[in-house]
Amino acid sequence: MYVAVKGGERAIGNAHDWLAEARRGDPSVPDLALAQIREQLALAVDRVMAEGSLYDPDLAALALKQARGDTIEAVFLIRAFRTTLPRFGTSHPVDTGQMQIIRRISATYKDAPGGQILGPTFDYTHRLLDFGLADGDTVPQAPEAPASHSAVPHILSHLGAEGLMQPEHAPEACGADDVPDLTRTPLEFPAARPLRLQALTRGDEGFLLSLAYSTQRGYGRNHAFVGELRIGHVRVAAHLPELGFDVEFAEIQVTECESVNQFQGSKTQPAQFTRGYGLVFGQSERKAISMALVDRALRAQELGEDMSDAPAQDAEFVLSHCDNIQSSGFLEHIKLPHYVDFQAELELIRKLRREACAMQEAAE
Amino acid sequence: MSTQLTAGFTDPARDGARAFRQVLDAMAHPGRIATLDGLQAPAPASPAAAAILLTLVDSTTPLYLAGAHDCAGLRDWVGFHTGAPLVGPSEATFALGTWDALGPLSAYAQGNAEYPDRSATLIVELDDLRTGGAILTGPGIETEAQLSLPDLPALTANAARFPLGLDFLFTCGHRLAALPRSTRLRAC
Amino acid sequence: MSAYNFAYLDEATKRMLRRAILKAVAIPGYQVPFSSREMPMPYGWGTGGVQVTAACLVPEDTLKVIDQGADDTTNAVSIRKFFERVADVAVTGQTAEASIIQTRHRIPETPLTEGQILVFQVPIPEPLRFLEPRETETRVMHALEDYGLMQVRLYEDIARHGEIARAYAYPVRVEGRYIMDPSPIPKFDNPKLDNSHALQLFGAGREGRIYALPPYTRVESLDFEDYPFTATKAAGQACALCGSTSSYLDEVITDDAGGRMFVCSDTDYCASRVAAQSQEDAA
Repeated sequence: MYVAVKGGERAIGNAHDWLAEARRGDPSVPDLALAQIREQLALAVDRVMAEGSLYDPDLAALALKQARGDTIEAVFLIRAFRTTLPRFGTSHPVDTGQMQIIRRISATYKDAPGGQILGPTFDYTHRLLDFGLADGDTVPQAPEAPASHSAVPHILSHLGAEGLMQPEHAPEACGADDVPDLTRTPLEFPAARPLRLQALTRGDEGFLLSLAYSTQRGYGRNHAFVGELRIGHVRVAAHLPELGFDVEFAEIQVTECESVNQFQGSKTQPAQFTRGYGLVFGQSERKAISMALVDRALRAQELGEDMSDAPAQDAEFVLSHCDNIQSSGFLEHIKLPHYVDFQAELELIRKLRREACAMQEAAE
Repeated sequence: MSTQLTAGFTDPARDGARAFRQVLDAMAHPGRIATLDGLQAPAPASPAAAAILLTLVDSTTPLYLAGAHDCAGLRDWVGFHTGAPLVGPSEATFALGTWDALGPLSAYAQGNAEYPDRSATLIVELDDLRTGGAILTGPGIETEAQLSLPDLPALTANAARFPLGLDFLFTCGHRLAALPRSTRLRAC
Repeated sequence: MSAYNFAYLDEATKRMLRRAILKAVAIPGYQVPFSSREMPMPYGWGTGGVQVTAACLVPEDTLKVIDQGADDTTNAVSIRKFFERVADVAVTGQTAEASIIQTRHRIPETPLTEGQILVFQVPIPEPLRFLEPRETETRVMHALEDYGLMQVRLYEDIARHGEIARAYAYPVRVEGRYIMDPSPIPKFDNPKLDNSHALQLFGAGREGRIYALPPYTRVESLDFEDYPFTATKAAGQACALCGSTSSYLDEVITDDAGGRMFVCSDTDYCASRVAAQSQEDAA
């Protein structure tokens, strides 16, 4: 005998208890400390901070632990926390020219002032499983050079000085109060570049990677050189009107990528290179490069390029679909009950078939 | 500050919620008179108008104080409790004043065809607010409603611009009634 | 739960939502953009409805939450618990007792009354979205009242299937002006939208849109003179529990030999009928 489905509340409670147990795993294995996640899974922590849009390595580590290592779930926890935080003000733009650099490479110049610094990179590692790690291997000491405290100029500034790089103009309204905020105003199209960059920097890494890749393969092609990729720490400061002066309140690690793209020019304007820009929390060069390529692709209209229906050139397409909290939420909602609308569809299709069969029979 | 500031809501979250429901009930039933209690406002603002300001206005919504409402006491109170930037009619999201002081309706943002919601809401202080007078029909009204409106021709012209146009909250003491742009009007 | 504000959202967010709701009520059927917040439940799981409910709730409210017509489906339970926790409001399963009802995919069978608010969770608020994916285009279509594309699509249905092949989220015209998506309610429920005694609010969190039907608003399901709209449900069936032949029915598979039965989707309606019948039997 059918009984109306009851007991949702108890089922939810039990499921969540099971989840907590599963998260902990075998209790004979030591519990993960947040410091271990923060220090040893640092790139996962960085990704959660970047897409969660909140710079706090300890919270990101907590989110990763709670989410059982599911990055998007961890990003979601951070976003839901972030939205409850009060806003005290808007910082000054960070000066990446003053970055304390740990990695800096250019694909366009063999050498340039400040040099090429490989830093802690997977590049040129042979992707061979290191079985020594399985037994808690000791780590060889990396040789150290004295830290350089002088500012390292951006490589593209050399091109700019020669007039070869299209200069960037600050948007007209650029006071602290005029910074667009994706999380406080509804997204509207056309979206200006500052808003696009804001969406991209918290957008899903996988989505941006695929879009960037699609431009390389010819869907909105704009051949990109990595003019410069730099990773390091920058200082964050804000003006406090109560005190009347600037206060530095944080030092954050960021990854910045500037791409050098195909030049523009006409009879009246001499040819110039154009730029794509990526800036991401933490050490995340795949994301930063992807962002630069997609940013450049989204400038197609502004630069009067051929709009060939390439997805990466379509701001409404990119910005409406790059957020993994929106996309995963909506995607996964289709597992919620849809008995009612499915039933409506079921009745409709039966009726259409009945009518079609009756007509067929009548014809025979 | 020039004068002693009167208090805002004692329990902002709950009092604000209750006040909003009164405003929502009024807006969803044009012509119906609702009551907004318990808020002492600086003259010449009515308690109902003050409650509306606290419920809907903040630093993101430019406010126009018209005529006698543009006084030091009310400016200070608005600044302290809401942080709303004070502006002229053309930039205002909300405006507060008597009908005469608020001036021609064309001075305010009317919304545009793509975004008709981007129009001003006028809080109009009346000496008299009661059921009776112009006949109201349309969404929110089962058959007909009546409301003592200040200027039927101007309000009729506003309704004729639907979906563009202004929305009105009429206040008198503790009482409130609403007239959205969707309401059709005719003389009694 | 003193760590969170009453009804979870901060006051600035509630003011933003309240302004949007008032504009939505003033322009029936028009989708007001709002800057949706990240809620502690996923987008697509009712965040729009939850934000609208949170903006409207007062401590004196009695809240009912239904999903697919039922109070006991998991997501309804989850949302109801959320509001019990953050707003400390009374909850109920009875339609007539509730002052605010948040719903997904259904309008209760029991007629709503004056003073009640029905809050719909909306996945895709734009009725033209499946004809034209671009917001920049659909916004202009609404502005110009250019609904020809919708008419063409519905007529294509008739040409192919002999009727408008839309079973749920059946588009409506509000006060002769805006075409509106009523959320994925079965078209059986569409007539209840028209001239309702209750205020109907629609929240789409992910898409950042709020729209409204004030009470006593004219809501017509789109149709053609020679192909008038009909509200349909399981043909010729009655509820196996309460015997109702007028309510919307869910189909339940009872065995692997094609056995099936039909039961009311509105669990409150069904349970109250069953209770009334057993009282009659006892008497």
